[in-house]
Amino acid sequence: MIELFGVSASLLALFAGFGVLIGLLFGFFGMGGSFLVTPALMVMGYKTDVAVASGLAFVFATSVIATLKHRDLGQVDYKLGVLMIAGTTAGIEVGKIGLHYLQDIGLADTVVSVIYVLLLGGIGVFITYTALKGGDGGGLSPDHDAADGEINADDIPDIAKKIQSYRVPPMISLRGGIKVSLWMILVVAFATGLLSGFLGVGGGFIRMPALFYLIGVPVPIAVGTDLFEIVFSGGIGSFLYAMDGAVDLQIVVPLLAGSAGGARIGAAATSLVDEDEIKVYFGVMLLLGAIAVALRKIGTFMDIPVLQSVSLAVILGAATLVAGAVVVSSIRALRADSESSTGITN
Amino acid sequence: MFGLENAAGIDGALLVIGVVLAEAILLYVGYGLLEQLLGSTVVDAIGGKE
Repeated sequence: MIELFGVSASLLALFAGFGVLIGLLFGFFGMGGSFLVTPALMVMGYKTDVAVASGLAFVFATSVIATLKHRDLGQVDYKLGVLMIAGTTAGIEVGKIGLHYLQDIGLADTVVSVIYVLLLGGIGVFITYTALKGGDGGGLSPDHDAADGEINADDIPDIAKKIQSYRVPPMISLRGGIKVSLWMILVVAFATGLLSGFLGVGGGFIRMPALFYLIGVPVPIAVGTDLFEIVFSGGIGSFLYAMDGAVDLQIVVPLLAGSAGGARIGAAATSLVDEDEIKVYFGVMLLLGAIAVALRKIGTFMDIPVLQSVSLAVILGAATLVAGAVVVSSIRALRADSESSTGITN
Repeated sequence: MFGLENAAGIDGALLVIGVVLAEAILLYVGYGLLEQLLGSTVVDAIGGKE
């Protein structure tokens, strides 16, 4: 068997390929790291702490790369990012206290699983519904032009307009020409941090939609700023686990090598794809994620090991479907651009 | 991998996270160069330009 750095080449190739898939989603949506990697590693037989730690280290490194890329595209709002880090950190601490309380009374696992399913499912239904409804006042559509210019009022969701209408000083100017109360940003950051700390996840799947739907930040900037924040939360989390020797470089190094390429494609695709159709896939991916978590929980509860594998297959299938949709839409956009420029030339 | 299988404690964590961060930056620069060199060719090929 061929080995590289003392690790079998087939295992390295497997993780690198898995990395490409995850990187593409992470680069495009600014989320999808830990919630895909950690369950996959656990089903592969890795110990829980190794799966969580390696997942976190991977998310940290991927978010470093993706943030640098989004920064190059002018899609990171550092002011908003720092404010979000402050609010989120406080929220995570309170969330952890709540979790410890539930652990003491023996309800943590069940409550967390139920909230996870409801959140993933709820956000999935909401995004799918607004995407299918159309004319929803925005949606998760990364309009690249909005990154540097003023955001169109029609593109701001109604709930974000409502939040922006609470003009409690001090008012903060954000990229995209948005003015919103500092307190509203901190409240949203705290609430997402609370859920993040409570659920023990990076929180991109909560924070990125929250930045868009609740504050009205243009999607490209919401993605870039969310990634910027994950650099800090992922870095601290993986460092703490690494102190216990739980980060496995045999997993992280090849996974990262693959995902760096995928993230580059995903980040570039945000400026190519006008993806109303992708929103539907994104929503469905979250819904399938909720089903996968529920299946895993049921499998553990009723001692049906096969449900763990079904859960992994559902997650991987959903991720492959959405990543494929992003790639296909990007290729279509490139071909359409090419055809229109040829038409103009002729 | 890289002789860091048993790395733990603050020093070990710094080393492991340092390796991960170094790889991330190396990949960012490496893939960036690759994109500069081959990006437009690949995009043109996908877009069907001659």
